[in-house]
Amino acid sequence: MNKINEVFKNNKALIIYVTAGDPSLEATKEIILELNKDGVDIIEVGIPFSDPLADGPIIQRASQKALKNGVTLKKIFETLDEIKENITCPLVLMGYYNSILNYGIDNFITDAGNTGISGVIIPDLPFDEEEEFYAKIKENGIDPILLVAPNTSEERLKEISKVCSGFLYCVSIMGVTGDSQAPIEHLKEYSQRVRKYIDLPLAIGFGIDSPEKVKNIIDYFDGIIVGSALVKIIDENSDDKAKMLKEIKSFIKSLKIW
Amino acid sequence: MKKAYFGQYGGRYVPETLIPALEELEEAYEKYSKDPDFIDEYQGLLKDYCGRPTPLYFAERFTEYLKGPKIYLKREDLNHTGAHKINNALGQVLLAKRMNKKRIIAETGAGQHGVATATAAARFGLECIVYMGAEDIRRQALNVYKMRMLGAKVVPVYSGSQTLKEAINEAIRDWVTNVENTHYVIGSVVGPHPYPKIVRDFQRIIGDEAKIQILEKEGRLPDYIVACVGGGSNAMGIFYPFIEDKDVELIGVEAAGKGLETGQHAASLTTGKVGVLHGSKSYVLQDEDGQIQLAYSISAGLDYPGVGPEHSYLHDEKRAQYVSITDEEALKGFELLTKLEGIIPAFESSHAIAYAMKISPSLDKDKIMLINLSGRGDKDVDSYRELNREVIE
Repeated sequence: MNKINEVFKNNKALIIYVTAGDPSLEATKEIILELNKDGVDIIEVGIPFSDPLADGPIIQRASQKALKNGVTLKKIFETLDEIKENITCPLVLMGYYNSILNYGIDNFITDAGNTGISGVIIPDLPFDEEEEFYAKIKENGIDPILLVAPNTSEERLKEISKVCSGFLYCVSIMGVTGDSQAPIEHLKEYSQRVRKYIDLPLAIGFGIDSPEKVKNIIDYFDGIIVGSALVKIIDENSDDKAKMLKEIKSFIKSLKIW
Repeated sequence: MKKAYFGQYGGRYVPETLIPALEELEEAYEKYSKDPDFIDEYQGLLKDYCGRPTPLYFAERFTEYLKGPKIYLKREDLNHTGAHKINNALGQVLLAKRMNKKRIIAETGAGQHGVATATAAARFGLECIVYMGAEDIRRQALNVYKMRMLGAKVVPVYSGSQTLKEAINEAIRDWVTNVENTHYVIGSVVGPHPYPKIVRDFQRIIGDEAKIQILEKEGRLPDYIVACVGGGSNAMGIFYPFIEDKDVELIGVEAAGKGLETGQHAASLTTGKVGVLHGSKSYVLQDEDGQIQLAYSISAGLDYPGVGPEHSYLHDEKRAQYVSITDEEALKGFELLTKLEGIIPAFESSHAIAYAMKISPSLDKDKIMLINLSGRGDKDVDSYRELNREVIE
């Protein structure tokens, strides 16, 4: 059984997103180690991109900062390689397709494999584009984690179930990351509708920023994904690393209410 | 070829939330583009509201000056609102109306597409929001003013380059959030399927008319068709009906800005590589790590780091050739056409004019060249004045 399946076997999962290179790759290393220590179940490492269509202002800004710092996909792999022995939870890469296309699909698969990456999330690559890409990463032991939205049709849910593995990323709202109005109502119905077609753990993300929200939705999903709220904490404390790590620790603790 | 593609280019590289909207749009377009009522209404608007057909004008003095082929100008500058953009804006807003969408969003660089969309939205009484880079708002103050007069809300975008690329990102984010009641009027032959096809179909009127007109005037097809290419909608519009006419050379002119060697240009096909931007796969200006680069051109309508996927296909197939013209060359084209013909072309179209100036002297006099004069230059006169160039005698 691969690492992501293992996570969901007996428990719900807390999945945390962090933008690689914000405020620096050195800091990202420490943040990932901290998250791992704090009991985060899966860490999503964001590959910064100049034109992130699915992201709101917080992650956009973090990406721009990282790019200004000269972060590249190659450097991200090198950074993750340095700490892979010390990370026990699965690492998932989240990024836009142009980064991977430009890196070269075979190079990407090789380096992701060497770095111990368990899954890949690409918000602008639906299952019916580049089908061979998703098939290929799966053959190489990496889970293609696909997204569904509240308006995804039943036909597409059926098709997505054939491609996706690891867990399914349920977008909580019609919108972009960090939207504080999320999640939508009727989450119970949303989760039930998706489960009818997809037999995978369901994780919900976009706009999940407080323990109160987690409390309201945790019964319906197998995992909670938090991104912008943590990126905001990193941004607000980027001058004081010790405080940043402390704030992260207490935020994670407050979210894991199960 | 898969329906969303032109060869390997095109596709729908968008967040899953947008897929239902793209499917709805595709279905609506399939239905209404064959619906006689829709076609009649659209054709009626083109005729009585836009002023079509636009003339095909023999540029006699320009031809004499260059001592090359006979040069005709397809006068898209004479459309209502001053450019070809209105053809597509009216078509898409009419479609949005049929789809019961209450809210129209658009993005704009030079402002011509924004003005055209705001005009069409006003004509049909729909709410209209236009995203525009803060830098473009500065460069194109007159068009911003017009959009506001027309009742559109112009939203400045301050991220990144503060130009068209970021305005498109912002429009897509708005669309993801409001997809159920909103239609996004994309202004060029770019974006996810079915947009490149829809915009091309609404713009092919340029080429369809030009074909009839040149046959009437000359009794034969032209040897060359020259058009500027940013995203590429005016070029696609005039090229498309001639693609099967293999003897007609199709030439797309990109912006070389301050020179290709300076890196400050917008020549995606000439110097870019294959990538994914704004929902489709095409040639894109990007750095070694796949980050999209900022494009530059004196023309706000051309400084886009991507290009329509069908142009990428025509480029690979060698059915069209793509060249580039610098700011300085384009300005000379702008000045010469104004002086010789009494027609002030848009900075965008000046690139096509400048390329004609470059090649005409070496071409036979019995050849025929057709240049798409995609828009008029009123919007660029302030920018030109700021350059303080000596007026040529």
